[in-house]
Amino acid sequence: MIFLTVGTQLPFDRLVRTVDEWAGDHPGKPVFAQIGPTEYKPKNMEFMPFVDPTDCRSRILSSSLIISHAGMGTILTCLRNRKPILVMPRRAALSEHRNDHQLATVEKLRGKKGVHIAMEETELIEMITNMETFEAPEEVSDYANPDLIEAIRLFIENT
Amino acid sequence: MAEGSTKSMKKILAVASAGGHWIQLRRMAPAYQDQDCVYVTTNPGYRGDVGDSPYYAVRDASLWNKWSLLILAIQIFFIVLRFRPDVVISTGAAPGYFAIRFGRWFGARTIWVDSIANVEILSLSGQKVGKYADLWLTQWEHLSSQKGPHYRGSVL
Repeated sequence: MIFLTVGTQLPFDRLVRTVDEWAGDHPGKPVFAQIGPTEYKPKNMEFMPFVDPTDCRSRILSSSLIISHAGMGTILTCLRNRKPILVMPRRAALSEHRNDHQLATVEKLRGKKGVHIAMEETELIEMITNMETFEAPEEVSDYANPDLIEAIRLFIENT
Repeated sequence: MAEGSTKSMKKILAVASAGGHWIQLRRMAPAYQDQDCVYVTTNPGYRGDVGDSPYYAVRDASLWNKWSLLILAIQIFFIVLRFRPDVVISTGAAPGYFAIRFGRWFGARTIWVDSIANVEILSLSGQKVGKYADLWLTQWEHLSSQKGPHYRGSVL
């Protein structure tokens, strides 16, 4: 199973449509899509606008690939659970977000094992087709960097 | 830390929008979760993450929806009024901004950890909240400065 998620706040027609078209060409590869307020309604994959956080987590755990906008919630959950993720950033110029911070996010993630980046639709299609070659991310710890935790803990202790 | 933990338990109000902000807030849990915590987010579905701690789901609002923003502000105000936190901690966005502003009115000390997603520029709420945050952090060293935000590490 492939799990597509675009978060809850904004539509992402370009990503949903592209993955739906891919799914139409690959009927043996089921995709479940969480499409948020996206207007385009998929024809070739099961979809829901929203899934609750617990359901979302278990779908990530039970999928072999997660396709997503470049939202940190999904990315962190995939890294934590060592699930390969393919992200396509939203672009402000296409009214997909209020600014281009997702472009900056993917540039920082580039090269990280298990995190795959498609900048546009053609690249996305190529990469989904090659998903068998994707590796799992490196193990990350359960929690934030110990220095950050210590800084906050000390601040609270001294309050 | 262990000794005297009952006498020195602090009241912590931990606030984050659903999704990435919430997941980042939870990744910092060892810093605060042995205190007396109340959690606020915008989706009822994370309740299972926090055990028996009080948990509130408030209106999801951004700066682009004034009506939702007003309702959110009122909800946060009453949570702060009722709980009177010693410390407010947030990763963003709008709910955390209000919690820090109102928390300050009631004498709380405040922590803002700007989301790791803001690589090139601090979030809008993170910029606006800066002068009200006693500990004002970015997760990117290149965004830090002497006057703040400061850098102490990231959630990853």
